[in-house]
Amino acid sequence: MSTLSRDEVARVAALARIDLTPAETDRLAGELDVIVESVARVAEVATPDVPATSHPLPLSNVFRTDEPVAPLDRDEVLAQAPAAQDGKFLVPQILGEE
Amino acid sequence: MTTTSVDLVDYDDAVARFDPVIGIEVHVELGTRTKMFDGAEQSFGEEPNTQITPVSLGLPGALPAVNGTAVEYAIRIGLALNCEIAQSCRFARKNYFYPDVPKNFQTSQYDEPIAHDGYVDVELEDGTTFRVEIERAHMEEDAGKNTHVGGATGRIHGAEYSLVDYNRAGVPLVEIVTRPITGAGERAPEVARAYVQTLRDLFRALGVSEARMERGNVRADVNVSLRATPASPLGTRTETKNVNSFRSVERAVRYEIGRQAAVLDAGGAIVQETRHWHEDTGITTAGRVKSDAEDYRYFPEPDLVPVVPDRAWVEEIRAALPELPQARRRRLQGEWGYADAEMRDVVNAGAVELIEATVVAGASPAAARKWWMGELARTAKQQEVELADLPITPAQIGALQQLVDAGRINDKLARQVLEGVLAGEGDPEQVVVARGLEVVSDDGPLLEAIDAALAAQPDIAEKIRSGNLGPVGAIIGAVMKATRGQADAGRVRELVLERVQA
Repeated sequence: MSTLSRDEVARVAALARIDLTPAETDRLAGELDVIVESVARVAEVATPDVPATSHPLPLSNVFRTDEPVAPLDRDEVLAQAPAAQDGKFLVPQILGEE
Repeated sequence: MTTTSVDLVDYDDAVARFDPVIGIEVHVELGTRTKMFDGAEQSFGEEPNTQITPVSLGLPGALPAVNGTAVEYAIRIGLALNCEIAQSCRFARKNYFYPDVPKNFQTSQYDEPIAHDGYVDVELEDGTTFRVEIERAHMEEDAGKNTHVGGATGRIHGAEYSLVDYNRAGVPLVEIVTRPITGAGERAPEVARAYVQTLRDLFRALGVSEARMERGNVRADVNVSLRATPASPLGTRTETKNVNSFRSVERAVRYEIGRQAAVLDAGGAIVQETRHWHEDTGITTAGRVKSDAEDYRYFPEPDLVPVVPDRAWVEEIRAALPELPQARRRRLQGEWGYADAEMRDVVNAGAVELIEATVVAGASPAAARKWWMGELARTAKQQEVELADLPITPAQIGALQQLVDAGRINDKLARQVLEGVLAGEGDPEQVVVARGLEVVSDDGPLLEAIDAALAAQPDIAEKIRSGNLGPVGAIIGAVMKATRGQADAGRVRELVLERVQA
């Protein structure tokens, strides 16, 4: 089986916004590889007559009626936010745009 | 940020040498009472963060639940666009980090949209029809709203921080994606505009959304690419985001055609990127280049079970579809007896509903058209607003026309009444009373005015007496002036003749 490259680990970490040191990246490449290989073994027992399964529950069409529920209390919610202003959540400057 | 050349190739030249191909993604906010995956109420213009639940905020442990009404609306849209409705479909997580998406993924549909493979026929201004093929329509949720604070213009660049309102987070959306639209040639901008307008009309007719462009209920992303000839492979496309009015859709496509032609002429290559539309200057500027950052790592949403639209349910929804705009227009045109060109003007002016309501309010179709396409269209144009946004209702126009039909005011006075209604002076009846505009139907004051006019112009009076009726108009004119236009000219004429023959 192929092994997960260091670059792939670094890329996945970047997509998930996780800062990894080079040492962590090396260690995780090995550890994640074990996980990926373990999961890949499922493919060995899967036959064409077994459909890919994204949902294990034998359920479909579970719908909610279009009826409003009581909203959360805004002051209570904003009191738990790191910062707020004018009834809104205050978040840091958005980088990487424009 | 890439540097952009502002050089444009003249539009006619560009489309003479290149074949434009466009593609349009339209997002429509559904007008359900609650959000897509939670019971928070959704309505426009509420105080920030007052329509939120743990699901809207993506709090740990919060579980989504699908709004059945939103699914029904999505199926309605799919059926109206002649799509196939999926036998089974599922939701997917589109992962990205942005403060307006509090759970760090948008719940959407990826490989299994609820509707696919359809088309819609779009009527162009000259009455021809252009078929736009629909690739898919899928369900998803809207994001919250960011306000960038600091920096010069409130745009992202230079902002010091952002404020987030999650009222809109989770509002049900249907995204409709076309196949590449080829064969439009130099009419590509017009086709793009007409397509978005057709969808807007459709959403309203289906009752799935108020579809108000100015509120962002309907938003379009416009893809444009150029190729040398219709036989060439597709060129690299750009995607201009959030073009939110019909006119802007047309302008954005036109601008991109001219810009891309200039890049290609200079030996450059089109970069696959998203671009920003600038309403004020009518140009697009480069945004993000499609790259790794666009890796959304879609995967099936484990918290929501598949949607399997029962065939009987789908057929029930199909049977209950209302009359669609094009069929309705044809029916109304027949009922109203308008010529093709007249009907087209009415449609293009956005006056179909207004005229329909005016007819219901008691005006004849001809009179309703006369008011909306004449005096009111001029006023709307002067004030640069849509007809529907004028401060006058079809019911008021109906009432106005009934005053004319009853002979209580004439056409000239009706225009003054209209002016009064538009100025907020009340209903036509109130304006007539307040301004004293009623036609003088009592002969007394008319005879007084006639006698005065005859006395003031003895030569004319003499001519009329001797049987020369030519100059009678001069007397009528004087009487109309004396009564400030409130006399019925026909009645004045009768009275003048009676008077001189007496």
